[in-house]
Amino acid sequence: MNPSLILRTSAPLLLWMPLVVSLYVLVRGHNDPGGGFIGGLIAAGGVLFYAIARGPAAARAVLRLSPVALCGLGVLVATASGIPALLTPETPYLTHFWWFPTLGVTLPLGTALVFDLGVYLTVLGMASALFCALVEEAQ
Amino acid sequence: MHSLIAAPILVPLVAAAVTAMLWRQPGLQRVIGLAAAALLLVVAVALLVETASGRILVAQMGNWAAPFGITLAIDLFSAIMLVITGLMALAVAIYACGPGAAERDRAGFQPLFHSLILGVCGSFCTGDLFNLYVWFEVMLIASFGLLVLDRTDEQLDGGVRYVVLNLIGTTVFLLAVGLLYGLTGTLSLADLARVAPTVENQAALGAVGMLLLVAFGAKAAVFPLFNWLPAAYHTASMPVAAIFAALLTKVGVYAIIRVFTLIFAHDMAVFGPILAVVAAATMITGVFGAAMHYDIRKILSFHIISQIGYMLIGVALMTPLALAGSVLYIVHHIIVKANLFLIAGAMRAEAGSFALKRIGGLWVAAPALGLLFLVPALSLAGIPPLSGFWGKLVVIRAGLEAEAYLLAGIALAVGLLTLYSMIKIWNEAFWKAAPAPAPAAPWTRREQVATYAPIVVLAGLTLTIGVWTEPFAALSLTAAHGLLDRTAYIEAVLGAASLQLAAPLLSDGGTL
Amino acid sequence: MDGLFIVMVGALVAAAVYLLLARDLPRVLIGFVLLGTGVNLAILAAGRVGAMVPPLVPPGSSALPDVVANPLPQALILTAIVIGFGLTAFALMLVVKVYARFRTVAADDLTEAEGAATPAAATLASQTPLTRQEAA
Repeated sequence: MNPSLILRTSAPLLLWMPLVVSLYVLVRGHNDPGGGFIGGLIAAGGVLFYAIARGPAAARAVLRLSPVALCGLGVLVATASGIPALLTPETPYLTHFWWFPTLGVTLPLGTALVFDLGVYLTVLGMASALFCALVEEAQ
Repeated sequence: MHSLIAAPILVPLVAAAVTAMLWRQPGLQRVIGLAAAALLLVVAVALLVETASGRILVAQMGNWAAPFGITLAIDLFSAIMLVITGLMALAVAIYACGPGAAERDRAGFQPLFHSLILGVCGSFCTGDLFNLYVWFEVMLIASFGLLVLDRTDEQLDGGVRYVVLNLIGTTVFLLAVGLLYGLTGTLSLADLARVAPTVENQAALGAVGMLLLVAFGAKAAVFPLFNWLPAAYHTASMPVAAIFAALLTKVGVYAIIRVFTLIFAHDMAVFGPILAVVAAATMITGVFGAAMHYDIRKILSFHIISQIGYMLIGVALMTPLALAGSVLYIVHHIIVKANLFLIAGAMRAEAGSFALKRIGGLWVAAPALGLLFLVPALSLAGIPPLSGFWGKLVVIRAGLEAEAYLLAGIALAVGLLTLYSMIKIWNEAFWKAAPAPAPAAPWTRREQVATYAPIVVLAGLTLTIGVWTEPFAALSLTAAHGLLDRTAYIEAVLGAASLQLAAPLLSDGGTL
Repeated sequence: MDGLFIVMVGALVAAAVYLLLARDLPRVLIGFVLLGTGVNLAILAAGRVGAMVPPLVPPGSSALPDVVANPLPQALILTAIVIGFGLTAFALMLVVKVYARFRTVAADDLTEAEGAATPAAATLASQTPLTRQEAA
C-alpha cells in the first residue's frame, strides 16, 4: 500500500475537519441527535484516514495518548460524572445535574455532558486502536 | 447505601480504566490489580452482611424510576455470588503474579481481567434483562481478549471456535430480549415477574423462555451447547483458564436461576422436565468426556460441564431445598474448580507438561502439591467430609424428596465417575514413576509463593465448608427462600403498590 | 408494515443461517452481521411500528408529543449495534490474525487446538502441515 503524495500532504488538514465536526456533534447531542458515541466515531474516522495516509505509527503519535490509554481515560471521565450524585444520599449513582449559567447566552451545562465526553473519548480510543491494528495488519 | 450497591461495578471498572492507562508500567498495574481485587472482596462481604437477613438492596441508576430505568438489585443470592467473585478475583490476581506474569501484563492482562470481573459483577447486580445482556457482552469481549492473550497457534484456533459459538449465543439472547419486550412491554426483571403470569399469549412467552434457556445454556455450557468449552478453555494461559472455569459458566447458571425463578416460575410444568433432562444429559456427557481424555486441562474442562448439571437440578425441581443445593453447589464448585486449574498450572510448572502420559513422579518431587491436589479433587468427586459431599448430598436429597429418583441416581453415578477421572490424574501425574526426568522448574521464590498461596487458601476454604457446613448451608437456604419469594423482589424494586396494578403496560401487549 | 418487517427479518435470518453454516470464517462473520441486523429489525417490530415521528421533545415543550415512535426499542437497538460493532471488530481482527498465521480461513484446516490433547488428535495434528502444503 503506497498512498499518493496528495493524500499524504493533505492528511493533517483532513484530520482536523472530522475532529471539529465530531466536537460539534458531541455538544449538539444534548438536545438533538448526536452525542458522544457518534462524535467519537466521526473523530475516529479522521484518525483512520490519517492512519491510511501516513501509517498507524503517525496516527498514534497524533493522538498523543495511546489509544488504549485514551479509552481508559474516557471510562474514568464517564465514571467521574456520576460522583456528584453520591454527595447527597437521596440521589443514586449517575443522577445528573444541570446548570444554566447566563453569560450573554444561556449555556446548558451539566454532568451529562461530562458523561458524554467520557463516551466520546472511550469510543475514539477503542475505534482508533482497532483501526490502527487493522491498517497495520493490512500493510 | 446507594454508593455501596454500585460499588461491585465501580471497583473493577475503575481498575480496568486505570490499568489501561498505565499500560507501560506492568509493575504498577499488578499492584493496582491486586488492590482492586481485595477491595472488591471487602465490598462484597459488606453487601453480604447487609443482605444476610434476606433483605434486598435496590438502587435506581441515574434516579430513573423502576420499570423504566436501570435497576440494580442485590439480594442474598447476588451477594453470595459477588463474594465468591471477589474471592476468585483476588486468588487469581495473586496467582497471576507467578510464572509468566511479565509477558501477560505486557499483553494487557490486567485491564482485560478487570473488565471480565466487571461483566461478571454487573450480571450479578443488575435487575434489568437488557442490562444483563450488556454485562454479558462486556464479559464476552473481555474473555475474547483474555483467551488469545499469548497469541499462540492453539489459542488463535481455540479462540475462533469460542468466538463463533458465543456470537451466535449472544444473538439468540438479544432476540429473546426483543420478543419479551414485545410481549410484555417491559424489561425490568421485577416488572416482568409481575406481568409474565398475566400475559395472554403464554405459548409465545414459552417460546421466549426456550430462547433464553438456549442463550444462557450456551453460556453455561449445558448439553447440547457445550462444544465451545472443551475446544477453547485448555488453550488459555493458566490464570485465565482458572478465572474462566470459576466464573464464566456460572454466570450462565446464575442467569438461568434468576430468570426462571422470577419470570417463568408459573410455567415450570413445561420447563421443569426440560431442565431436568438437560441437567442429566449435561452431567453424563461431561463426565464421559473427561473419562476419555489424557490432558489435565481437558479433563478439568469436561468436569466443568458435568458439574453444571448438578447446579441445574435445583432450578429443575424448584423446591427451596433443591435451590439451596444449587447455591451451595455453585459456591463449592467455583472454589474447587478454580483451585484445580491453579494446581494444574503448578503441576505444569513442576513437571513440565499438561499431558498425563508425559509426566509422573510428582508425589516424590512435590508431595505438598499432591496433598493440595487431593483436597479439591476428592471434594469434586463428593467424598466426605469435603465441601462437594455436602453440595451433592443436598442436591440428591432434594431430588429424592421431589421423587426425581432417576435424576438423583444419575447424580450419584456421575459422582463415582468423577472420582475415576480424579484418580486417573493422581495415578498418572503423582503416583507412577516419571517417564523422563522432569526439567528443573526455574522458579523464583516470589513466583512460588504467588502460585502456592491461593492454592493453599482455596484448599483451606474447601475444608472449612466441608467441616463447618452449618452457616454455609443456612445461608444457601435463606438465599433459596429469597429466590422463591417473587413478591418480595417485586415489592423491593417497584414498591408495594405495583402488585395491585393491572398487568401489561402496552395496551396491546400479548398480541405478538 | 408489520408484514414487511416479518419478511425482512425472515430473509435476513435465512441468509445469515446459510452463511453461518459455511466453512469459511469470513462468511461466518458476514452471517453474524446479517443475523444481528435481522434481530435488530425484530426488536424494532416488537416495539410496534406505527408512528413515524421521531421521539424528540420539541423546543419550548417539556414532554413528548402524543404520537411518536416508541423510543425504547431504538435505544435497545442502538446499544445492540454498538455491541455488535465491537464483537464484529474483534472477530474480524481474529480472522485476519488467523489468516496471517495459518494462511487459511477454512474452519476444517484449523486443528491446532486439538493437537496433543488426545493421542488420536496428536497423530492428526502431525499430519496437518502436509495438508496445508498441499492446499497451498
